[in-house]
Parts: sequence; structure tokens; C-alpha cells
Amino acid sequence: MFKKILIANRGEIACRVIRTARRMGIKTVAVYSEADADALHVQMADESVAIGPAPLAQSYLQIEKIIKACKDTGAQAVHPGYGFLSENQAFAAALRKAGIKFIGPPRKAVAAMGDKIESKKLAKAAGVNTVPGHLGVIPDAAAAVKIAREIGYPVMIKASAGGGGKGMRIAHSDAETEEGFRSATAEAKNAFADDRVFVEKFVEQPRHIEIQVLADAKGNCVYLGERECSIQRRHQKVIEEAPSPFLDAKTRKAMGEQAVALAKAVGYVSAGTVEFIVDKKRNFYFLEMNTRLQVEHPVTEKITGLDLVELMIRVAAGEKLPFEQKDVKLKGWAIESRVYAEDPVRNFVPSIGRLVRYRPPAESDSVRVDTGVYEGAEISMYYDPMIAKLVTYGPTREAAIARMEGALDAFHIRGVNHNVPFLAAILRSPRFRAGNLTTGFIAEEFPDGFKPGDLAPEVAARLVAAAAVIHGAQRARELAISGRRDGVLAMPEPDWHVRLGGAGYDVTVTGALPAARVRFALGGRDHDLAVASDWKIGEPLFRARIGDRDGGDELTIQAERQGVAWRLTHAGASTLAVVLSRRAAALAAQMPEKAAADTSKFLLSPMPGLLVSLAVKEGQQVRAGEELAVVEAMKMQNVLRAEQDGTVKSLHAKPGESLAVDQAIVEFA
Amino acid sequence: MQHILAELEEKRAAARLGGGKKRIDAQHAKGKLTARERLEILLDPGSFEEYDMFVEHRCLDFGMEKQKVPGDGVVSGWGTINGRLVFVFSQDFTVFGGALSEAHAEKICKVMDQAMKVGAPVIGLNDSGGARIQEGVASLAGYAEVFQRNVMASGVVPQISCIMGPCAGGAVYSPAMTDFIFMVKDSSYMFVTGPEVVKTVTHEEVSAEQLGGAVTHSTKSGVSDLAFENDVDALLQLRRFFDFLPASNREKPPVRPTDDPADRAEPSLDTLIPANPNKPYDIKELIAKVVDEGDFFELQPSYAANIVTGFARMEGATVGIVANQPMVLAGCLDISSSRKAARFVRFCDAFNIPIVTFVDVPGFLPGTAQEYGAIIKHGAKLLYAYAEATVPKVTVITRKAYGGAYDVMSSKHLRGDVNYAWPQAEIAVMGPKGAVEIIFRDDRGDPQKIEARTEEYRRKFANPFVAGHRGFIDDVIMPHNTRNRICRALAMLKEKKLANPWKKHGNIPL
Repeated sequence: MFKKILIANRGEIACRVIRTARRMGIKTVAVYSEADADALHVQMADESVAIGPAPLAQSYLQIEKIIKACKDTGAQAVHPGYGFLSENQAFAAALRKAGIKFIGPPRKAVAAMGDKIESKKLAKAAGVNTVPGHLGVIPDAAAAVKIAREIGYPVMIKASAGGGGKGMRIAHSDAETEEGFRSATAEAKNAFADDRVFVEKFVEQPRHIEIQVLADAKGNCVYLGERECSIQRRHQKVIEEAPSPFLDAKTRKAMGEQAVALAKAVGYVSAGTVEFIVDKKRNFYFLEMNTRLQVEHPVTEKITGLDLVELMIRVAAGEKLPFEQKDVKLKGWAIESRVYAEDPVRNFVPSIGRLVRYRPPAESDSVRVDTGVYEGAEISMYYDPMIAKLVTYGPTREAAIARMEGALDAFHIRGVNHNVPFLAAILRSPRFRAGNLTTGFIAEEFPDGFKPGDLAPEVAARLVAAAAVIHGAQRARELAISGRRDGVLAMPEPDWHVRLGGAGYDVTVTGALPAARVRFALGGRDHDLAVASDWKIGEPLFRARIGDRDGGDELTIQAERQGVAWRLTHAGASTLAVVLSRRAAALAAQMPEKAAADTSKFLLSPMPGLLVSLAVKEGQQVRAGEELAVVEAMKMQNVLRAEQDGTVKSLHAKPGESLAVDQAIVEFA
Repeated sequence: MQHILAELEEKRAAARLGGGKKRIDAQHAKGKLTARERLEILLDPGSFEEYDMFVEHRCLDFGMEKQKVPGDGVVSGWGTINGRLVFVFSQDFTVFGGALSEAHAEKICKVMDQAMKVGAPVIGLNDSGGARIQEGVASLAGYAEVFQRNVMASGVVPQISCIMGPCAGGAVYSPAMTDFIFMVKDSSYMFVTGPEVVKTVTHEEVSAEQLGGAVTHSTKSGVSDLAFENDVDALLQLRRFFDFLPASNREKPPVRPTDDPADRAEPSLDTLIPANPNKPYDIKELIAKVVDEGDFFELQPSYAANIVTGFARMEGATVGIVANQPMVLAGCLDISSSRKAARFVRFCDAFNIPIVTFVDVPGFLPGTAQEYGAIIKHGAKLLYAYAEATVPKVTVITRKAYGGAYDVMSSKHLRGDVNYAWPQAEIAVMGPKGAVEIIFRDDRGDPQKIEARTEEYRRKFANPFVAGHRGFIDDVIMPHNTRNRICRALAMLKEKKLANPWKKHGNIPL
């Protein structure tokens, strides 16, 4: 076994590999860029080596520097994680030349699977189902149309060297095929310096289901069940689960066996993933093979009880797989949510900055958190904005979902925007709960993007009860102040009015935490809820058991003071609760509702960033859709356009200026 | 007796009705509560004891003798907020537009006199059209009587004004002399001369809201400490605010129980200071993570935001927080921020509230606007305030403490009791770049040399040790331990006794 390995990656995956290596008694070496000097993976590793400036190309993709780091530290092998150099053949070759083991598949297998067209030919030869299509390179748009007609519409035009959704087009007609061919070719040339594209049948209502395979160098290869990754936003996976709610044992076995056949055909060693697209009749077609550890591998680990990183290391060290296919048993259900630093209500723009508060939920047998950050760390503009992978496990899908909802409620992140409300909304949706998934799920369920919805009555009821007892605790605190003139009020009053989410509720509180009781009417129902919690003022997480006399559910509500109000965050919703005396509520009801400030007259910066350019001048007429300004964030140039016709009244920012979220850039007349 | 009681009840009912149903409805329509409704929210239920319900004006001119309303446009008395005594007056706009008569003023003076005697704060809820013109100079005399008492009470009992309607002309000078002014957005305004006069004299067209509304005074002029959304919000916040204040200068600040451990560590503070010394960070994160339960009552958040002031608690007891804010103007001192902080420091000192200062200050803001505006005198106010303060003073230098601004910000030399520095602290006359350009003037043409010199200066002076060698800082502390160290320092200083030499009063550079 290796004595020391180097991890050529950063973030959560580097941390995750280090954890396994440490458990195996292997020393670890981290590499880091200037931006990552304080990163968690550097703190966790036994040694660390600086490899250059923040941009990937100058650090984590610097093959020579990483090889030198291996030599300097005496690392015998390298785990590449995913992304970065994990499928880079030059890296694998350089390692081999230096006599350092690559913890991953052989170069030949990577090369064979790296090209979409070649891999498809190989798969077909190995007896793997492939999507009907034309695997040759297509010379021009006319040829594309001809092929598309042969296959039958709809068809998909894809870049040969593609990935991540780039250079991909769907066409339903000859005209769309022509247009799609041109744009896909141009995009592929831009993104990959390779303009080859191919055409294949477009599968309707497709699901993305992938098979995990694992092979040793002695010719043994097994499949470890499937993962369903249909919940994707613009071809980026958001929620994954294992097993798939759709597959039956027969299909699973057929897919698994084909995946193994393909792995064997290319002489695969180590962990790999064969991706399939599955149609509504459970027909499955090979998509591609990922010759590395996948982001979503933890769900497979949860249901198989295996540590894939450990097995990768053992296989790389020349060991034989310690089990056979018949030993692989799938048990229970696992779900993974990818927690991103992005703003779901602003079209998911990345959010960078300091993690002012960061408390992931507590880990247990049923909750796993793979993270690469900590409270006080920085989400940098240079790297992927994934904060953590939250994995929950349960005996059934329902249990795993329930635990995921609880874990998301307890995930406390402040300082950057994050997608936890969006994840919670997906989990709550009836369609997700029914397991009725397709890769179009997000586009279909959230056609206008994500908007936090109204509070469901049962959620509102919990929040009302929580607000009432939190206020009770606050009142008890206020009444215990020194310097009181005796003989006046000393016990918190029982009757209150809770204002929450635009509505008001008269509540009566009996007792005080740790065990209180709250009565009120909501949604045409009388509630009498017992609230039990050992929460103390100042703690951001209000963990409580809230329910009727028979006990109730254990749940977490994030509670933060905002002046005399409390911001409560729960079940993906964030709402302000104000608790008033009944009299104050009656008086407040007489206050006319103030009109919200009119921000439609302003172009506001949707994210913190740099104002690169302004396309308009004072007094200029603009039409809807016209470019107004360009804001750069996370190295991404975002073009801001006019939402309606109008005239520019004044400019509030200059190019080169740093912008905060919601800062006014242009004011309209 | 029966007929007396009946008459009494009749008078009380008339007083409670104020200016009558129609005017009350008009008041509500403007988004304003009545004087009595406001007191209902401000005070503990059932705690209000009203004085002078039967007072009426004595004016006999202009038909006023026929218009009398018991109480005469102001409701006054005492009550409690969370059981602690407070004197209040609440002007009733429904009665003569809340205009101040001689009798009205007398009612205000009465509660102020009593508050001084027993040592309890005074809260005024202002909603008045101004002087009772029919009374002429008698009304003006009334104002002056109130002004005089404001001055006498200053530094003896806390005085708070909440402007909940008009407050114009001479009337503004009573709130102006109180310790804190709160305003309600859209329904209150304060100015010495109103939009009409402004238009006549200077031809400027300006609305009352623009000229003296809550937003104007809490962002542009700094007259107001806070602007609230509506009456209810303002009064609830006033209750919250009141809990921070001692009853008088004879008392220590109040203490509330807390579950927040004094030794709570905050590891994330170790990464608060960015690696790049020119990159800002939010000092309010530090404040929120250090004080009890993250509960910080900030004053003037939108005015001179380059300095942060407000109240918080440490181990349950009130402290005043002053902190440079690197996010705004790099946290430098200028005219506005010096005045803002100086006034706050003097309030804390007058009322025995310990001052915790967080320092990250690159110096004073340069420029003609500042010099012509008398930054010399205004900066001196903050220096003066810190120097004369005898309350416990605990200071933490988080990063930059440069030049004269270092001296000003509660330094050891101004009788700072406990002065800590974080490891990233740079206590020096100026930043390395500027210093090198002066010391090594001759090398200015040679970037390589300058760079080497800058590095040398940085190594030598851009650290907490030079100050540490001389005892100007007492210790270098780890950021994550900041709360614990401040709590320990405040506990040690609990019984601090320090008096300034006798004088009639100092001569602060006003």
C-alpha cells in the first residue's frame, strides 16, 4: 500500500479523499493556489505545497508543478478527484514517466472513452445499447439534415468533444437542424477548439441514469447499482439519488451488465461511470463513460456501504477487488443535494464572498456532508461555486427525502446567496415525491425560474407557534432586567398577535420554553400546538418538537433577530415574524399600507461585481432588450438589458466601479 | 360629591377624546396614531399615570377663550418600560395641531422636573405644529422653559425624542438638545424654516420630506439617529432601545440575563482580515460575533457610515460600541464621522456606559472640503471626547491604526484602560508606501529600491510589536478570543474609579 499520496484537487473532493486516506493510514499531500492558502483541504492534509496563482490554468492544471510537488514530498501516487486533471492524458503520461501511480483508470481507457464518437462506436461493438444516430463526422448543414431525416425527428446535435451542455442543440425540423448545426459547430469550436459534431435521436421524457462500475487490474469488474441524476439545471446535476425510483431489477441488471461489458472491452481499471439515457418505456441508451470518480458517488457509497475512494486506492496499489458481483447488495435509499453559492431567485447567478455564517447540519448515519469550506472561508470567483454536497440516507425514498428536508432546514449559510431554498422547493414538489423525473424536470416545474412560493398552511402554523414561543423567551428576558420598580408586570403576557407572511394571527401562549403551548386559528383550523425546545436566545437554529398532544415532529427553524422582528427560515421559505400585543396589533391595523419603493425606475446590479461597461448615456432612449451595462462577476460577463422602453435619466455608477447587490446603476425617467 | 365625580368623569372623557373623532380619524388617515395610542404601545400595559389632565390654556384672545380642551394638546405623566420608570410626554396633534401653549409647556416642564428629582429618563413624542401663535410671547417663553430644562437634564437623565409629526421652527431645538432623536418615515419632519420660506428666500423648490424628513435627517444631516417605518415600529424599537440605557447618571447601566457564554470563541474571526491590506471587510460582522447574542442596536447606520456606533451588551450589561468601518471610505475619520462618534462617546461617558472601540483607521480624510469644513475642530471633538471619558475603555486594533487617527481612537495615551491588538495590526505613523516615499525621498525614481524599502518598513513597523514594546498595547490577542478578552477586561474594570480635575466645564472645540 502507498505510504503517501498527493491529491491534485481542491474543495470538497480533496477533503473527501484526504479523509479516506487518513483512515487507511496513508499520509496526504495537498496542493493549493494562492487563493486557497487557508482552504480546508490544506488544513486537513499532512503536508501542503503551493502551486501558483489563483487561476486554474496557472495552478491546479500545472502538470509540472504537481509532479514536482509529488517528488518533493515523496508522494507515491496521485488522486485527481474529478474535473481538473482527472481525465487529462498528458498528466497521466507525465506521472507514469515520473514513476508515480495515478489513482484512476489506464490512459488507454480514458482515451477510448474521451471522444464521444469513438466511445459510441466502442460501446456498440461491446454490445451496449446506443442511441440511433450517425456516428461519423458531419461535413455540413445539408448532410446534417439528411441524417436527421433518416433517424427521424426530434434529433440532437452534439459536439464531439462536448460536455456540460456546450455545443448541444435539439432540432425538430430541417430548418432547426440547419441552424443547430451551425451554432453547435461554432460553439464547439469556441469552447473546445474542435468543431466536429454528430447527430443522434433525441430521446423524449428522458431520464439520466448512470451505472457505477469498479474494476481491478486483474480482470475483475463489478457494477454497484445505478444513480438517477435527472434533476439537472442546464445539464448540471442538482439532485441525485440511488437507487433510481424508476428502474426494476431486470433493467438494472441489464444496464449493469452492459456497463461491465463496456468497461472490460476498454480494459478499464478503477472506478468509472457509464451514463445512460432512459426513455419512458425503460429503453436505455449509452451516453458516455466518465473515467473518473463522479461528484455524486456518495449516494452509491451510502446504499452499498463501500468507500469508492478506498477501493480506487487499493486497486491502484495493485490489490484485487475484495468482493464479487454477487456480494454487491443495495440497501436503503440515498439522496444528494448539491449546495451552491448562487442566487436562485436571480436566475442562479453565482454568489461570491465570505461565508459569514456556515454551519452544515450535524453528520450521522443518515446525514453526510462533503464540504470544502468552513465558517469564515471565502467563496472565490476562481472556482466552482459548490459549497457542499449534502447526502441523506434512509430505509426508503420517503425517509431519505424527509431527512434531506430536515438537513436543509438546519443548513445555516450567511454571507453568500445559496440554493438551499431551491433544493427545498424541488424536494417538496409532488412530482419529485412521486419519482416522476425527467431531465426536463426543472425547466418544466420552474418555467419562469425559481420564486419562493407562499407558505404552506402546515409550515405557516409551525412558524407562528415558533414565533410565539421565541417572543415569549424574549419577553421573559426583557422582564428580568435590573432596575425594575417593583409591583408592575413580571410574567410574560399570554396573549399575542403574530404577524407573518402578510397575515396576522391571535395567539395564546401558555408556559414558556423548554415546553410551551400555543393556541391559534390558521387556515380555517384551530391549532393547539405543543412546542418543546431547549433553544436559547442568540442561537441561530431553533430546534424544536412542534405538534399536537401526541408529540409532534422534530424540526429546525433558523431564527435571526432583525430589530424587533425575527427572520424565520424553514422549508425553503424565509419570512419575517413580528409579535405584537393584541392592542398594538389593533393599532397597527389602522396604519395604512405603505407602497413599496418603486425600483422599476432603476437598473439594479443583480450581483456583486465589477461594472465593466455602460452602453447608454444620460438622456438616451432605450428599447426593451437593449444592452445597458455589463457586470463582471466570477469572471463571467453578464449583460444587463432594458426590461422596457424608456429614457435614461441618470447614471449612478461608472465603469470600473465595484457594485453591491441591488446597487443602482442606471435610473430611468 | 356625586356631581363632582360626574363632572370629573366628564372632563376625563373630554381629555381622552382630545380633538374629537373627526380629527382622530384624520390623524389615522395620515398613518399616525394619537398621542394616547402611542403611549399605550410605548409603556407597559396599565403602567401609565397621567398628570395634568385638567390643564387648560389661559389665552383670552382671538376667540381662544371659547376653545378649550382638557390637557391642552399634550399627554404627560410617567409609566414603565419593562418595569423601569420613565417620564413621558406625547403631543396631541388633534388638539390645536399640538401647538405649544404656555400651559402645554408647563406640563412638559413638570415631568422633566420630576424626572430630574427621581433620576429617570424622559421620552418625548413630538407631534406639534409649533408655537400657539394666539399666545404670542407666552408660547415662546414656554419653549425656552423647556429648552432650559433640556440643558439642565443633559447628562443627568437620558432624554429621547421621537418625532412623529411636524416639528418646525424653534420647536426643533428641544429635540436637538436631547440625547437621541428618532423619526418616523413619511409622517415626520424637522426644519428651522419650512419649504414655503425656503422658496421665498432662496427660490429653492423642496418638499417637506426632502427638506427635513426622516430619510433626510438620518442620511444627510445626521440630526436623526434612526428612521422607522411607522409609529408602531418606532415605539417598539424605542422600548428595545430603552433597555440599554441607565436611568440616570447616578446609576450603572442595566443588566439583563444572557445565555451567551463569555468565553464563546468565534474561529471565523481569524479569517476576517483579508490577506490584502487594501481589501475591505465588514466590521459589523466582528461586532455581531462579539456582543451578547449578536444583538447590536446601531445608531445612525446610514449617516457617516465610515464609523459605526451603537449599543450592545457584554455579559448582560450595556456597552457602547465605536468602530471604524473599512467598507466605507476605508474607515477613515472625517468631519461627519468624528462628530457622530464624539457625541456618542460623550453620551456613554455621561451615563457610565463602558466604551468598546474597534480600530481599523487609515487616517483622516484629506481634501479641501474637509479642511474648509474645519476637520481640525471636528476631529478634535472625538479626540476630546475620548480623552475626557472616565468610563471603562477597552480598545481592539484589528488592522490599521495610522497617524493621528491612531491617537484619537481610544489609544493608551488617552487613558485607554485595556488596549489589545490583533496579530494583523499595523500601528504606525502611516502606511508603508506613504512612509517610504517620505523617508526615502531620494529613492523615489527607483521603483526597485522603493519596493525594497517598503518591504523593510512593512517588516519593521507594520505589526503590533513596535507599539507593544512601549506598552501602548497591553497584549496581542487572537481574533477568535476577542469576546472572551473583552468580557474579562470589562469585568476587571467594573469598579473603575477615575475623576477629572474640578472645573466648571471643559471647553470642547464646538
